[in-house]
Amino acid sequence: MQVTIKLFAILREKAGVSTVSLDLPDGSTVTAALEKILVFHPVLNQSLAKSACALNQAYCPRSAVLKDRDELALIPPVSGG
Amino acid sequence: MNDWIELSASPLSTAAAVEFATDPAAGGIDLFLGTTRQEKNGEGKSLLALDYEAYPEMAVSQMRELAARARTQWAILKIVLLHRTGRVGLGEPSVIIAVSTAHRAASFEACRWIIDTLKTEVAVWKKEVWADGTTSWVAGHTIEIPS
Repeated sequence: MQVTIKLFAILREKAGVSTVSLDLPDGSTVTAALEKILVFHPVLNQSLAKSACALNQAYCPRSAVLKDRDELALIPPVSGG
Repeated sequence: MNDWIELSASPLSTAAAVEFATDPAAGGIDLFLGTTRQEKNGEGKSLLALDYEAYPEMAVSQMRELAARARTQWAILKIVLLHRTGRVGLGEPSVIIAVSTAHRAASFEACRWIIDTLKTEVAVWKKEVWADGTTSWVAGHTIEIPS
């Protein structure tokens, strides 16, 4: 299945990309997606540890199971306002 | 429509926010502006501006949800919640919140709750732009999600 990963702020800058398309086995969790991203972008390791995840624009635990065409966003510590 | 919620790449208008929040049933309108503060970094360089980035679809839906959550806690007439993206210079507002209520206490409380909660939840980030051309992401609030 195909999952779109969105990167923001410090994660986007470090990786040098704002979107990553991942091909994952059906039933993969957010954790599995993060592990795969780290294979391509090991530079994200530290920042990813402090980041939250949002599945289709809502915060989710890393145990969440992904579906085909999901949008998974990596949310570093927020600093709006 | 009693809420005006927007993420905007252009300068925010305080006058437009107050005008929207104005209501004949209101006894008070509380207005909050978050503005870019002059700073110096560890090397003594001055701050030029803040660059704001958002996850637009999520940030707007979170801002709408904040307005809805505020309405469950206070009897609010109108809510304005505007947030900038892009470069915000010194003294310029990056966020404007206006809340009108029948009595002033609720508007103060709701406005404060909205800005405090926005800062810890909404998918927006800011980067400091210094006079020597360097930039630094503001540390921010880590989102804690029970697993």
